[in-house]
Amino acid sequence: MNDHEWLDEEAGPVVRPFALTGGRTRHGASDFDLMTLVVQSSESRYGSLLLGPEHEEILELCRMPVSVAEVASSLDLAIGVVRVLLGDLLTEGRISVRAQAPVAQFPSSRIIKEVIDGLQAL
Amino acid sequence: MDSRPSEAELAVKILVAGGFGAGKTTLVGSVSEMRPLRTEEQLTERSIGVDELAGVERKSTTTVAMDFGRITLRTGLVLYLFGTPGQDRFWFMWDELAEGALGAVVLADTRRLADCFASIDYFERRGLPFIIAVNSFDGARPYSPDDIRIALDLDPEVPVVGCDARSRESSKQVLITLMGHVMTAMAKR
Repeated sequence: MNDHEWLDEEAGPVVRPFALTGGRTRHGASDFDLMTLVVQSSESRYGSLLLGPEHEEILELCRMPVSVAEVASSLDLAIGVVRVLLGDLLTEGRISVRAQAPVAQFPSSRIIKEVIDGLQAL
Repeated sequence: MDSRPSEAELAVKILVAGGFGAGKTTLVGSVSEMRPLRTEEQLTERSIGVDELAGVERKSTTTVAMDFGRITLRTGLVLYLFGTPGQDRFWFMWDELAEGALGAVVLADTRRLADCFASIDYFERRGLPFIIAVNSFDGARPYSPDDIRIALDLDPEVPVVGCDARSRESSKQVLITLMGHVMTAMAKR
């Protein structure tokens, strides 16, 4: 019989989410908006931080630019946790951050027309 | 770093709101590759009369699950869909989700129309263009868009469309209607 049969969804995660970040819930490095793109740095300088497996997974994911939301959902980690881990990587120079331009900030009817065309072509 | 908005990377953010069970997950999933997105938030509770530490704030976390979908429209133009958390106690997430959003779809279930009042209020207050998509459920009596407009006390320019969130084509049309409404709202500014 499974010793751990009492561990189910209801019991919650076995590892508390912020255990992965050493209890840190905030990182000063960047705000990391959900749509901010992160990408592995080409010239990653040697860092002092010991990377955990989650850091490595993030680096693997962002060989090409990906949004913070995608990193979180691909790794199935909470956004808050991912933000702290990304902050570590940014501080260590392992990733760089690129803001995507939200169309809402500079809306133009030309772009919206393009969105409509793109949706129609799906 | 170049902070100028580059034509090469444009992001369109759309919110999908509506009451619990109105079909948010279904709509996001039918039109995009949907994946759940989790956020862990600190809740602060006051423990009362437990021990000498009574009154000391005890922190616990709560998980909020949202739906997240991405559609690449062309190279450098990506549409992100975010389903808002269904329950009212997750209002704290809304401001972050609404930041940088271009518009919103409010999914309505005619059997529980009141469930979308809160979303409508929120988007009206924020001045975010939104449309109402009435999801068709088996066994729900069909209402005319005008009936729904009156029941929801909507401004006359807010589009009300019927949809079947399970259908990719229908969900696409909902997003296209929203974009058309965003364009109209823009022209008025």
